Amino acid sequence: MTTEALTPEATKTPTARKRSSGGSLGSYLLVRFLLIIPTIFILVTLVFVLMRTTGDPITAAQGGRLGPEQLAERIHAAGYDRPLFVQYLEYLGQVFTGNFGTTISTNRPVTEVLFTYGPATFELAFYSLLVAFVIGIPLGMVAAYFRDKYPDAIFRIMAILFYATPVFFSGLLLKLVFSVWLGWLPIAGRASTSAELEMEFLSNKTGFYTIDAIQTGNPEVLLDVLAHAVLPAIALGLLTAGVFLRLVRTNVIGTLSTDYVDAARSRGVSEFRLVRTHAYRPALIPIITVIGLQIALLLGGAVLTETTFEWKGLGFMLIEFIKARDYVAVQGIVVLLAVIVALTNFIVDVIAAVVDPRVRY
Amino acid sequence: MTTITPSAAPAATPPKRSLWQRVPVVHQLRQSVGLQRGMLVTGLVLMAIFVLTAIFAPLLAPYKYNQLRADGVAFGAQQPPSAEHLLGTTVGGYDVFSRVIWGAQTAILVIVLAVVFSIFIGVFLGLVSGYFGGWPDRLLVVVCDAIYAFPSLLLAIVLSIVISGGRSSLWGGILAAALSITVVYIPQYFRVIRAETVRIKAEAYVESARVLGASNTRVMFRHVLRNATRSLPLLITLNSSEAVLTLAGLGFIGFGIEPTAAAEWGYDLNKAISDVTSGIWWTALFPGLAIVLTVLGITLVGESLNDLADPRLRGRRAVAKASGTVSETSVVPGGTLSAGPGGLAGLEDGESFDEHGIEVRP
Repeated sequence: MTTEALTPEATKTPTARKRSSGGSLGSYLLVRFLLIIPTIFILVTLVFVLMRTTGDPITAAQGGRLGPEQLAERIHAAGYDRPLFVQYLEYLGQVFTGNFGTTISTNRPVTEVLFTYGPATFELAFYSLLVAFVIGIPLGMVAAYFRDKYPDAIFRIMAILFYATPVFFSGLLLKLVFSVWLGWLPIAGRASTSAELEMEFLSNKTGFYTIDAIQTGNPEVLLDVLAHAVLPAIALGLLTAGVFLRLVRTNVIGTLSTDYVDAARSRGVSEFRLVRTHAYRPALIPIITVIGLQIALLLGGAVLTETTFEWKGLGFMLIEFIKARDYVAVQGIVVLLAVIVALTNFIVDVIAAVVDPRVRY
Repeated sequence: MTTITPSAAPAATPPKRSLWQRVPVVHQLRQSVGLQRGMLVTGLVLMAIFVLTAIFAPLLAPYKYNQLRADGVAFGAQQPPSAEHLLGTTVGGYDVFSRVIWGAQTAILVIVLAVVFSIFIGVFLGLVSGYFGGWPDRLLVVVCDAIYAFPSLLLAIVLSIVISGGRSSLWGGILAAALSITVVYIPQYFRVIRAETVRIKAEAYVESARVLGASNTRVMFRHVLRNATRSLPLLITLNSSEAVLTLAGLGFIGFGIEPTAAAEWGYDLNKAISDVTSGIWWTALFPGLAIVLTVLGITLVGESLNDLADPRLRGRRAVAKASGTVSETSVVPGGTLSAGPGGLAGLEDGESFDEHGIEVRP
């Protein structure tokens, strides 16, 4: 790790927050953690103000169906006729205590919706990150090594193509080829009905189908669940893989041209080790930081992927709630996703700080 | 090391290039070699096709985007590609080929509006915020960082609920999409311009302008802004490609523009989900390809501009020679270059680097 000091240009994306505190890891992490609060606060405020400029949620959801008197009664009961500022303060208090409201269309607490459908989105995100790592990182290293030669050209164009293809389009193409024409993989959903039934009777359901399927002890159920995950994971994973590929390539090119790589080469270190260890390791910090920022891209992509594959996760439900004009639920889900994004960025910063002491100063 | 014409220009100041050569993309085109040039040219060709298609859509498309029948005969739904309908018809009975072509027009309107709005607002905020500093600056930075870290599609969804309450007419839909995209991209322009402003503010020529009694407005727009715009072309290309994707994403999840008002690729893809299940490929493939090719073209241009401007990525001497300076107007000898060859530079001339990327004074 001592060699790192020689690569001042290796950190392409050093964050401005570097100087937020001096010295110790503990105080750095504390400051970073406190910085989450304004981020979440701003997003909650933004979403609240925006959603309320459209009017109150009850009129939006029930406008056509109820008479004006009933409507006024419901609005009064829910407190939506009070001054906006009072409602805002109340909402802040609720969010602070982990209460995201009650959906209008299904009359369930938003937190319950989150616990029911969150695992599906988490599973999808996990599998697609796996795909992205497996494809993006090795290809990025190869592209950097063969910089400006044919492999590099091919991989870079591939990366741009991955980025240029919307997840829903690649999803539809994958469905068409592998499900409809070849018939290898299921078309949509998270599991077939029989598998879902079998998992339904588990005493300690987690909602993570992979874990539940293992719990049933039936290999067919597990296979069914995994088969359903393949296409959505690839569709969403390719998008992120393109980003990783470009990121790894850029940063490894930076470190490959350093003196210590030349020195290692002259000592007879194999080319494979050179790229894998000497160039890739020091390039990891900016890579980790940017990967953290990709969580936002991934969540946005998850909404589209889930709609394409009828994958019943948070994104799918978000669209359902939008269609039902249930803006309490929409607001709850969006705010929760904001919290997830802020927390992920914090965790990524922690990892970066632990891995690389320079980040802390 | 710049191509100095023997007669003119004293050695100290590089010769001013002709107006034609100073047009951003033209300069890069001349500067590029090999693969880089291939990528840039491909991108430019794709972009040209996209723009021309959008402009000449009424001439190119055999039918209107909302046409359901010709000569009193209905097209019929989900017809496979044929002589009358080159790319078949959709589930709603529209001609796929015509809608793909008209879609270019919708896309370009949204991109242009979104980019223009976000440049004006983002650049203005960045300039004022960076120039005056203080607590409003800090507040704006925190707000923009928060928005930047948030999934842009989700924010665009929330905004389009606010603006249009869902579906709407042609201009309503286009404005809603453009404004949603604008808010999402303001932070990017804000960050870039603010960073540049903070840097330029400390330059000697800004100081001297102040000493001479220039007003804040004059210093800001004449001295700072003019020197802060070099990374804008790159940012614009990247943002336009993201705008196409965001528009298509919005359309795909049902915030599209009604098919009777305009053609929108994302909306058509949404309607194609059920078609795919029954093996109908033409309704999904062609609008999707249109999106991919458009984004690909814009991204290729943006990537090439980025590579040509980034000294760490400049592989070849020829490229390095023609590439950028950080601030040729700097009074301090060597300028701010002590901080390293500045990232996105390269839209100006007058400095060169050797094969290690180290600055070489001519």
